[in-house]
Amino acid sequence: MSQSPFERTNPLPLSVLPPWLAGEGECVDVAMSSRVRLARNMAALPFMPKAQRRDRQQVLDMCRDQILRAGVSTRMMWIDLHDCGLNERTLLVERHLISKQHSKGKPPAGAAQEDPRAVAFSVPDEKLSIMVNEEDHLRLQMVLPGLSLRAAWNAISEVDDRLEGGVHFAFSERFGYLTACPTNVGTGLRMSVMLHLPGLRLTGELDKVKRAATDMSLAVRGFYGEGSDAVGDLYQISNQTTLGKSEEMILRDLEQEIIPKVVEYERHSRRELIAKRRAGLEDQVHRAYGTLLHARLLATDEAMQLLSLVRLGVLMGVIRGTSHQRVNQLMLLVQPAHLQRVAGRELDQEQRRAARAALVRSEIAKV
Amino acid sequence: MTATEGNSYTPPEMKCDQCDNEATVHDLSIRNGVKIERHLCESCAQQQGLSAHGGTSLAELMKAMIVPAATPVTIPGLGTAKPAACPNCKTTFSEFKQNGLLGCAECYRTFESQLGPLLERAHEGGVRHTGKTPRRAESAGNRSSVVDLEQRAQRLATLRRELDMAVQSEQYEQAARLRDEMRRLLDSGNGPQEGVRG
Repeated sequence: MSQSPFERTNPLPLSVLPPWLAGEGECVDVAMSSRVRLARNMAALPFMPKAQRRDRQQVLDMCRDQILRAGVSTRMMWIDLHDCGLNERTLLVERHLISKQHSKGKPPAGAAQEDPRAVAFSVPDEKLSIMVNEEDHLRLQMVLPGLSLRAAWNAISEVDDRLEGGVHFAFSERFGYLTACPTNVGTGLRMSVMLHLPGLRLTGELDKVKRAATDMSLAVRGFYGEGSDAVGDLYQISNQTTLGKSEEMILRDLEQEIIPKVVEYERHSRRELIAKRRAGLEDQVHRAYGTLLHARLLATDEAMQLLSLVRLGVLMGVIRGTSHQRVNQLMLLVQPAHLQRVAGRELDQEQRRAARAALVRSEIAKV
Repeated sequence: MTATEGNSYTPPEMKCDQCDNEATVHDLSIRNGVKIERHLCESCAQQQGLSAHGGTSLAELMKAMIVPAATPVTIPGLGTAKPAACPNCKTTFSEFKQNGLLGCAECYRTFESQLGPLLERAHEGGVRHTGKTPRRAESAGNRSSVVDLEQRAQRLATLRRELDMAVQSEQYEQAARLRDEMRRLLDSGNGPQEGVRG
């Protein structure tokens, strides 16, 4: 692929749904999106905890050059986060293009607020994102809609190959790809699936799934990953073991064994709700829809919880007049930075609650 | 299996593992004979669902294992830790014990004996990398690519198994990838040469 410069402007098109919310693909009634990330470090440079400012700058320069040279995607955008305002960084977090930690800048595991750190991502699809100078020099991430871990793995592995053609990654025969934190060493791989599990919550079965996942050494996290709450009944289930298990084994365990079981369990819960508690379910989802259609003030978490119920209602054929794609889109647009981008100005908390309610009222009934 | 005994252990003026607040919820779990302590403020404890059998993340597990506990926990390797620093980046093992992070690639070599058992516990018994290998490491000219025969045989066996599974599940693209890696591995036994990617 020929070398092309990074995109200059920063459109972050709000009208275009990032793939993890596109609402298409395998098992999208339950599996919203699949994410595969690889942690990589330059062999010759100190890892982030010991990297001086000049080392960090060197990593940044090397990565920028190599990302361009390797042609990992036809169109890429590069954003220097140390030169970037809080709202824009928050917008990137909300779109899952960077982690909260990367937005804040958090030594010793990452660069400090003003230290060189960046993100490169593919546009307009936003499927590929590459964080530079997060906890590791490079965090490569591929996100695809629905249950599609294999496709995401194949794509990110290809990106890894291309980048590796021009830089020397830290690797040892015994420990595999070397990472700043030994919990990621080996494959440096984390595969996760974002699951919408309102049925399991309503039937009180969610704790069983969490327990089973923990027993299998899987992590269960909230909407925005590590340390975040499970707003909107959205959970990310991911592998934790990275040493001694090949990518293929991790992939097979998750995509063919574990996730399909959770998906089936959620679907079973939804069927049970319809069969045994139909009136209660209909009441609950219609009340949620009514609130979203008429509320004048909405907090983020409240909006997410109501949208979750409406999404459930739509997918079960109880609610008509909106679509699950529309609900997915609103789950993103009600986030604070997105809301302010839509409004075109900064809003305080109270103004955001009013703007959020207005946005949802005007948008939710469009199919 | 996990045994949880809430509030059984209260160290003086302890900070929350997650934030700067005072830790008021103390959790002691024993897994495979290893004690895991968590000290959290109310809010972090609630977030982690501590009251309702919250799961312990691997990162917490690692932290609990490497942060020196008030009650001695016997972990192979740690007891014999020597006060050595990485010759390349000067990271000491006690620094690693503080923040759970290593300073450079060389650290893994410097602290290999201490890290081995720790990683084995953290990665469900995983002691050796299996899976993708950088092309550079595959070519025999590289320091880290001196694959001894035993390792090579082990990797080939794994690849064969995975190839069989890929063919069975009709993942032909993956099968081709695995076949190519096997070829490269077999070729690398015949002397230094650049691997060819399929």
